[in-house]
Amino acid sequence: MSNLHAGMLVAVIALVTILLRALPFMIFNGKRKTPAFIVYLSNVLPYAIMGMLVVYCLRKTEIMMPSYGIPELIACIVVVGLHLWKRNTLLSIAIGTAVYMILIQLVFI
Amino acid sequence: MNVRYAFRRSLPVMAGYVVLGTGFGILLETKGYGVWWALAMSAFIYAGSMQYVAIDLLAGGASLISAVAMTLMVNARHLFYGISMIDRYKETGKKKLYLIFALTDETYSLVCSGDVPEGVDQKKYFFWVSLFNQCYWVAGSLLGALLGSFLNFNTAGIDFSMTALFLVVFIEQWKSTTNHLSALAGVGISIICLFIFGADQFLIPSMILITGFLALFRRKLETQKMIKL
Repeated sequence: MSNLHAGMLVAVIALVTILLRALPFMIFNGKRKTPAFIVYLSNVLPYAIMGMLVVYCLRKTEIMMPSYGIPELIACIVVVGLHLWKRNTLLSIAIGTAVYMILIQLVFI
Repeated sequence: MNVRYAFRRSLPVMAGYVVLGTGFGILLETKGYGVWWALAMSAFIYAGSMQYVAIDLLAGGASLISAVAMTLMVNARHLFYGISMIDRYKETGKKKLYLIFALTDETYSLVCSGDVPEGVDQKKYFFWVSLFNQCYWVAGSLLGALLGSFLNFNTAGIDFSMTALFLVVFIEQWKSTTNHLSALAGVGISIICLFIFGADQFLIPSMILITGFLALFRRKLETQKMIKL
């Protein structure tokens, strides 16, 4: 991919992010009340989106061919287990990633 | 006084941002985008999860349209942070533009309560805490990009850090509520769409169906207070 396209990708992502952050301040400048449906979505959407992002991250997992998604499964269990046990975000991410790297580099080659 | 108070409050974010920023920088470097890319992205995008996703988009040569769609979906939650800060960010003058730009998840968690001790100017606190947080994030990214070019070990699989990050946030959200319908719908609908539409096409249908589902089950979900902000 050309650097120009990469630069445009970064610019587009930055622009959309700024727009999303600024939009509420442009629309609801204190004079109008926020619609109830928007308030509702703001409460429930984050849960669903994070679930969707987890699936997104794992979308390329091979489940029909070796290694049958086993490294991903083990690493996810490690992250979840460790996080429920210690509740330390950075620890869960670091150990989970290390386990996954060891699995795909040394065990499931 | 204002600066010192803001600094103290921002310390927990410092730890998280430096580590996550470093991870981002290393990952970006392994995909062939060096220190200037890390700097530009952390300075101008400044959105943690989205920057991790952006590495994927850059590495895969995504189209601009799919970058727009992805950003809308991943960062849609910022709309809702904005909605709850409309009143508190009033009369912040010229700093308001920066405050809005820098309203990340972590910054939001430090400004949303709005309470400051006596003698601290709330508006100045908002500004300094936002600025400190971005400094940590940029510093972490640069550190990662520099480290990445010196790393000699096999980095295959380091991408899993992004999966782990989202998984951890998912667990935290799960534990913050007793109503898991929304979380389950997010996972379930996405998996179904993944099988139907395939890995490259499933996000937009998922997003539409999730929003539809949440609209449909509004009454059931609204009976319980979902989120702990």
